[in-house]
Amino acid sequence: MSVVQKVVQKAMKNAIALAPDSWMPGGAPDPLIREKHGLIGQPISRIDGPLKVSGQARFAAEYPIEGLTYAALHYSTIARGRIVNISTTEAEASAGVILVMTHLNAPRLKPAPAFGTNEKAAGGDDLAVMQDDRIHWNGQPIALVLAETQEQADHAQSLVRVHYQDEHGITSLEQAVAQGTEPGQFLGEPLKVAIGDAEKLFAAAPVKTDSVYRTPGHNHNPIELHAATLFWTGDELRIHDATQAVAHAAWTLAQVFDIKEEQVHVTSPFVGGGFGSKTLWRHQILAAAASRLVNRPVRIVLSREGVFRIVGGRALTEQRVAIGAQRDGGFDAIIHTGLTAMTPHNAMTEPFIVATRSLYAAKSFKLQVDTVKMNMIANTFMRAPGEAVGTFALESAIDELAMKIGIDPIELRIRNEPDKDPTLGLPFSQRGIVEAWRIGAERFGWSSRTTQPAARREGDWLVGIGCATATYPYYRMPGGAARITLTRDGNATVGVAAHEMGMGTATTHTQVAADRLGLPMDRVTFRYGDTDLPGVILAGGSQQTASIGAGVAAAHRALVAELLKLAGNDSPLAGLGPSEVGGLDGGLASLEDSDRRESYASILARAQREEITVEAEAPMPMEVQHWSMHSHGAMFCEARVNAVSGEIRISRFLGSFDCGRIINPKTAASQFRGGIIMGLGLALMEETQFDSRTGRIMNPSLAEYHVPVHLDVPKIEIMWTDEPDPRTPMGARGVGEIGITGVGAAVANAVYNATGKRVRDLPITLDKLL
Amino acid sequence: MQFTINGNRMDLIMDPRTSLLDLLRDHLGLGGTKKGCNQGACGACTVLVDGERINSCLALAVQYEGRSITTIEGLAAQGSLHPLQQAFVDHDGFQCGYCTPGQICSAVGMADEVKRAVPSYVTEDLLLDEIELTDSELRERMSGNICRCGAYNGIVDAIRETFAADRTEPNDRETAR
Repeated sequence: MSVVQKVVQKAMKNAIALAPDSWMPGGAPDPLIREKHGLIGQPISRIDGPLKVSGQARFAAEYPIEGLTYAALHYSTIARGRIVNISTTEAEASAGVILVMTHLNAPRLKPAPAFGTNEKAAGGDDLAVMQDDRIHWNGQPIALVLAETQEQADHAQSLVRVHYQDEHGITSLEQAVAQGTEPGQFLGEPLKVAIGDAEKLFAAAPVKTDSVYRTPGHNHNPIELHAATLFWTGDELRIHDATQAVAHAAWTLAQVFDIKEEQVHVTSPFVGGGFGSKTLWRHQILAAAASRLVNRPVRIVLSREGVFRIVGGRALTEQRVAIGAQRDGGFDAIIHTGLTAMTPHNAMTEPFIVATRSLYAAKSFKLQVDTVKMNMIANTFMRAPGEAVGTFALESAIDELAMKIGIDPIELRIRNEPDKDPTLGLPFSQRGIVEAWRIGAERFGWSSRTTQPAARREGDWLVGIGCATATYPYYRMPGGAARITLTRDGNATVGVAAHEMGMGTATTHTQVAADRLGLPMDRVTFRYGDTDLPGVILAGGSQQTASIGAGVAAAHRALVAELLKLAGNDSPLAGLGPSEVGGLDGGLASLEDSDRRESYASILARAQREEITVEAEAPMPMEVQHWSMHSHGAMFCEARVNAVSGEIRISRFLGSFDCGRIINPKTAASQFRGGIIMGLGLALMEETQFDSRTGRIMNPSLAEYHVPVHLDVPKIEIMWTDEPDPRTPMGARGVGEIGITGVGAAVANAVYNATGKRVRDLPITLDKLL
Repeated sequence: MQFTINGNRMDLIMDPRTSLLDLLRDHLGLGGTKKGCNQGACGACTVLVDGERINSCLALAVQYEGRSITTIEGLAAQGSLHPLQQAFVDHDGFQCGYCTPGQICSAVGMADEVKRAVPSYVTEDLLLDEIELTDSELRERMSGNICRCGAYNGIVDAIRETFAADRTEPNDRETAR
């Protein structure tokens, strides 16, 4: 970005911050917030549930196509260097093989723009894809085999012979640090905050804590393997993909193959979990390239090992948190700095300070993320990038400080509750963390806690409880849009290029659209997961609900305006403007006087129209620069640690959330629980083991990369304040990511309370407690 | 080779390297049985063979010649749901739905094991003729089926409602104030 652009951007930001509320999206609260008796707030079972439980939901690898070929990949075994010789003759001669593609015969492809470099970019990295002999990470795909069956392809790839020249990459943190660090950036902004002289105030503070916390790499490991079924018709690419970014995938593939965005049609109606990983990686690009070479449809399904080799995960972090406080608990200084790893070819810094920017008031701040570059698969965003691991460090440090001051850790947090955003100075749109703490503590029985650690023992088990704050921002990215078709028989179809990875999108947005239109749910069809639909909507950053909501609200306004025009002067609605009417009982009605109404059927019949279709785009998300908008949660954990073996069992967990209005209590509770369970994995077992000598991931399987299973998970209690955010569509904020935040610290703090041992190095495995 | 799959007898010719999972998914178009790891670690591929649950990814199809195989598609009559399938919907025992067919087939097989008093790792008295499907028995016995979305609480509730004698203690205690 040029200096001029930066200055303009800064000026715009200031102007948005200072503009009147009424100029902002959310300046006038969404009328749906007032509606208390509609479908919003009802615990409706998933509308796609029957399909999923009967095995009829069709995922990317399950599309039947005549003449299908199957792909298998061969991965490099060195981290940096070049291919001196690659022999494919044996593989080519193997039964059923149609093609062996390497850099020697791959079609010319442009690099995929890396995620974060353009609003539609979805590439994991911007390296050339199979275009030269260079190796950049251990596990890079260097050959693709196409065969008539999967068995033939899998066998043939094992026959590819490679001779490398190994140039010994940067594969350890020590080597990487020795090469130098660079300041980190996130969403185009530097990850750096300096307010006051934090080091000086910290040094002078009467009570302080200063520790380093470490978190390892993590892999998302959705149970559905990354997969695509695709074919070409001339220069048009059709791809059934497992993706959380259909529009981004289409645009990025168009760049790679040098065709128009409209020539790539991506569908993805069901995605078997994503958590940040289901974007564009090499497998879709290579499969499409191979398909073009042989002019046949291709199915590619990565092996579980393949997912670890070519789909990036969360990068490791090393974080210092130092807090200086007065004896009454008031914070003088918060210092949160440290390192994370990335590659020279991606734009994703694990932004572990983001939660610290808005959580507590303090007289001074020093927050900074530095990056080092390694030869590894490009890291990417994984559920709550930044907050998931950043809150482990910050919220552990708060607990350590509370012990030193001799104050209850919840009380310490509330004592430092800010009245406006502590680093930006913006007003909060809505903030109910204190209430979430109060109701959560009461339900969990926090007052029964013994402050002294290692004081409660039941047989061989030491029992402790701990807590931590969860937080995640409200985001809404540009690109929200929707199409609504209303027919004379009173049915509506709402279409948005959004995604259903299990969050409940299809169900919740049918509820919302039905309420907006004043129709029952069975008269509304919500279409999604297809680039034929409008919108550039990432299922990420917990922003999809807001993005869809704003797009549908905009399309609905356009629909109402069109209907009023059609209704004309003979309608009871005559004289009313679009902002004065809403959907009610299958028609439009005055918001002031619901007796002034006319049904959709009547309006369309009089206008002699069978149906009406409108499309509109959501306003730019200026609200996020005008207010400080964040969700919060109070997390409570009871841990039992075996005094003999060190084994850790989580026996109770409660999450008390303040996330705006909850659209569907059933699906939202599952999102919260799912996040918390992934947080238990982060706390206790998850670790991508990276061999610092070779750069090879050593546990590329679900047998060796442990995730929580049934027996690891107790009953998890969920509650929420249900206080609408007046500045967001529907009064809602996203619920997908906040569940994983705070969990690492809540567990670590409970383990400390149980044992007196402070573990600052995740995961908390039993060897660290012996 | 001859198989009976969801009640239908079929004669098939195939590559002897084909796993039972790939036979179902790639050759018979029965996509309900899922591939999550292809190495027996996740349970997404669980099917019932003569009523017993197995990981179909670890089974070569040829090993099951002449056996009766039930997949998620064959658990209930066309157009209807097995009571456990309905309970999964009611208790939100899934999110993305990918591990779900395996969870459901596994639970059906698991309930039968409990009925036959087959002990598990957490069974305290191995000689009992009857085993109660307590929460810890249920969770231990279902631990071979991983759900990355973390729908475990709902899965346990759905299985308890369908199979356990003690059906109290539902988990749905969310209280919006």
